[in-house]
Amino acid sequence: MEYFEIFIAGIFINNILLAQFLGNCPFLGTSKKMETAVGMAMAVIFVLVMAGMITWIVDTYLLKALDVEYLRTVSFILVIASLVQFVEMFLKKSIPALYAGLGIFLPLITTNCAVMGACLLNISKEYSFLSALVSSFSYAVGFGLALVLFAGLRERINLARVPKPLQDTSIGLITAGMIALTFMSFKGMV
Amino acid sequence: MISALLFMLGIGALCGIVLSLSSKVFYVYEDPRIAQVENNLAGANCGGCGYAGCSAAAEAIVTGKEAPSLCIVSSKEGIEQVAKIMGVDAGSAESPLSYNMCEGGNRADDKYHYMGVSSCKAMSLVFGGKRVCGVGCIGLGDCVKACKFDAVIIGPNGYPVIDDDKCVGCGACQQACPKDIIAVNTLSEQLMKFNQKQDALAPCAQTCPAEINIPRYINQLKEGKYKEAVQTIRMRNPLPLACGRVCPHPCEDECRRGIEDEAVSINQLKRFVSDYEMNSGSRIPIKCAPDTGKKIAVVGGGPSGLSCAFFLRRIGHEVDIFEAMPKLGGMLRYGIPEYRLPKKVLDWEIQGILDLGIKSYSHVRFGVDFGLGSLMASGYNAVFLGVGAWKDYSLGIEGEDLDGCFTGIDFLQRMSSGEKIKLGRTAAIVGGGNTAVDCARTLLRCGLEKVYMVYRRTRKEMPANEVEIVASEEEGIDFVFLAAPTRVIANQEGHCCQLEYLKMKLGEPDASGRRRPEPVEGSETSLPVDMVISAIGQSPDSSFKNAAPHKRITELELTRWNTIDNDPSTLQASIPYIFTAGDAATGPSLVVDAIGGGRRAARSIDLFLKGKAVEPVEHSLQQKRIRESIFSKVDGIQKKARAKMPEIHVNQRLDSMIEVDLVLPEEAAHKEAERCLNCCRICYNPDTDFPIAN
Repeated sequence: MEYFEIFIAGIFINNILLAQFLGNCPFLGTSKKMETAVGMAMAVIFVLVMAGMITWIVDTYLLKALDVEYLRTVSFILVIASLVQFVEMFLKKSIPALYAGLGIFLPLITTNCAVMGACLLNISKEYSFLSALVSSFSYAVGFGLALVLFAGLRERINLARVPKPLQDTSIGLITAGMIALTFMSFKGMV
Repeated sequence: MISALLFMLGIGALCGIVLSLSSKVFYVYEDPRIAQVENNLAGANCGGCGYAGCSAAAEAIVTGKEAPSLCIVSSKEGIEQVAKIMGVDAGSAESPLSYNMCEGGNRADDKYHYMGVSSCKAMSLVFGGKRVCGVGCIGLGDCVKACKFDAVIIGPNGYPVIDDDKCVGCGACQQACPKDIIAVNTLSEQLMKFNQKQDALAPCAQTCPAEINIPRYINQLKEGKYKEAVQTIRMRNPLPLACGRVCPHPCEDECRRGIEDEAVSINQLKRFVSDYEMNSGSRIPIKCAPDTGKKIAVVGGGPSGLSCAFFLRRIGHEVDIFEAMPKLGGMLRYGIPEYRLPKKVLDWEIQGILDLGIKSYSHVRFGVDFGLGSLMASGYNAVFLGVGAWKDYSLGIEGEDLDGCFTGIDFLQRMSSGEKIKLGRTAAIVGGGNTAVDCARTLLRCGLEKVYMVYRRTRKEMPANEVEIVASEEEGIDFVFLAAPTRVIANQEGHCCQLEYLKMKLGEPDASGRRRPEPVEGSETSLPVDMVISAIGQSPDSSFKNAAPHKRITELELTRWNTIDNDPSTLQASIPYIFTAGDAATGPSLVVDAIGGGRRAARSIDLFLKGKAVEPVEHSLQQKRIRESIFSKVDGIQKKARAKMPEIHVNQRLDSMIEVDLVLPEEAAHKEAERCLNCCRICYNPDTDFPIAN
């Protein structure tokens, strides 16, 4: 039951994009086309789950053990960046098909604040390894959900008559704000 | 502090080791040139090359699937760099540019009020768009959205305007457009474009045998862009100076203004801009595509040969012209008298064509000095035969070989070459075509007392240009209509002294739609003349076929009119590498027909040389009319008099061979250009307020 709660909270209530407002750059940058949005969502799910696990391990067995928790942020950056690089190399060699699909999105996530934020949240909530895993996955799914929804909307907005000063990113931000408002209604569910 | 440093050092070292190890373990060989090539591509990820992103394009280049010139956005230096990395020749890429074909836009009426999503694609699904014009722009700007380089905007008139400087020719706009408004093509493709049924063409442009974009150059003239106007004409016609003087302008017969008012004087406007170029003292540079390395022999330096050579050269082929006469120009030089087309003007125009890098050899006659065999042996990849129609038909009457009897083209050609011919005092010209009129007017200028034109039908049936007939009437030529010569009578010295003819009357219409003349028995009359010139038509001289010692040329098929048989849509002759146009293929016809034919032959030759099937242009119009564009009545026209062609007064004309027709003054040309309705397929700019204008 606990994991289910974490899962629902990660996707809807604490949606990383629409409730925490982390990772807005790819949210606006890759949401113009459904195709790229789906690619990005998949890449984030993949990387975030990996990062969630590895950062939990680093935190528990290195930072806490050596009593240098104040180095959490900087060491997470290093670890996540290396991880993405590693995953890219691994995929290129071992799963070329997946690499071809996620290829150009992987380097984009290296410094994505959604990934970083989710990992830090896991630690601050003092999750167990399994909880951290579920939570990372649910944050990533939430990210993907918001991104895909938003891309669908933007594709339609493109065809609508938008006043000139509001075109493109401006109307995108307004739309994002409204979706965020609707996500607020999940507050207090769990 | 120390522990923090140590920790970071440790974790950094760990990450570094893991990464370096994994880069060893998961190493995938990738051609290092891919990265180098990618650095030299434009990096816009525009997809114009047809690959997903620049890295995919780089990979295609390195694996040899594509040429270094694949990237259309890349600068010339970039392409050269890529070629250097690949160690191959850069290859010549012609950069394509985007062009808008519709100039109707907001002029076209709406069929319905559209409230749907603002996308051309969506709107075109509803009855093909809201505008009445089936082919025109619907103006919601899918092309603008598709362009990654901000090169396209929807202009104030409701159709896309393209910024040539920003356009890279990626073709995204063309793909986005649900209609055929935007075409992305290279110079060669534009030069080899022929009128098609679905094009946005004004009636005049449909009619012109050379397919010149008439409304466009008149519009450019109106805006004072004379240079651009000449360039527009040169896209279709390499001889605007000559055509501006001698063309009987079939385009003006279809002019929409002509339905309610007098037609726009299109040809005089053409002459105005081309004379402007000649008198400006400098030539407008003519762009050519990069060299292709193919060589073509053009036999005959007349209008069709010059046109074919001009267009082949402009699309990058190497062309040599072989001419039997001392100078190039063909019938323009030897068949059209000085007072209609001064040799100085023709020389200037031909020099401009040769300056593109075309070599010409004169005094060499096909079938005598050289033949098909020698051309093939010299490495020409294709041959264009534009030998013209220089053999006069004979009258077939008694005494036509007498002293004082001549044939039309032969006579004009000898006069033009400056030969001294012993002329008489009175002359009869037999025939009613332009050659006959030219002979008559030339003789009048040589000081003859009386010149008769003997024609077997009436003035109405005369095939000569109306303006020519009017001019010869003004100059005092006597017409003898409904007269068929029966014999030439000689005096004691064996010199011609009388032309006897039979009077005719008009009977039933014949195959050509003209009423057939029938002789009136016993009506022999004679005309006292000491010169007779028969100018009743010409046919090509096909003696080259018999004179050739080699078998191949004898396989060339001729029609029963002695013209070279060809496929009328591709102009390919019965020997595949021979193409033909102009009088040699059509029989005596207009200069502008020969020019159009020359260009059509150039297209077929180009296809032939590229090893493609020589197929006709799809949905080719070939001077047929688009029915919806031909109106029976035109609203919104106020009558405005057509510009009168300035000409030398009759009194001054007959003393010399001075050019009779003069060019319009600038002001008059602008006024005449204002009369143009700037028609498109169905829209136009009316003079008065009228629904279409709003």
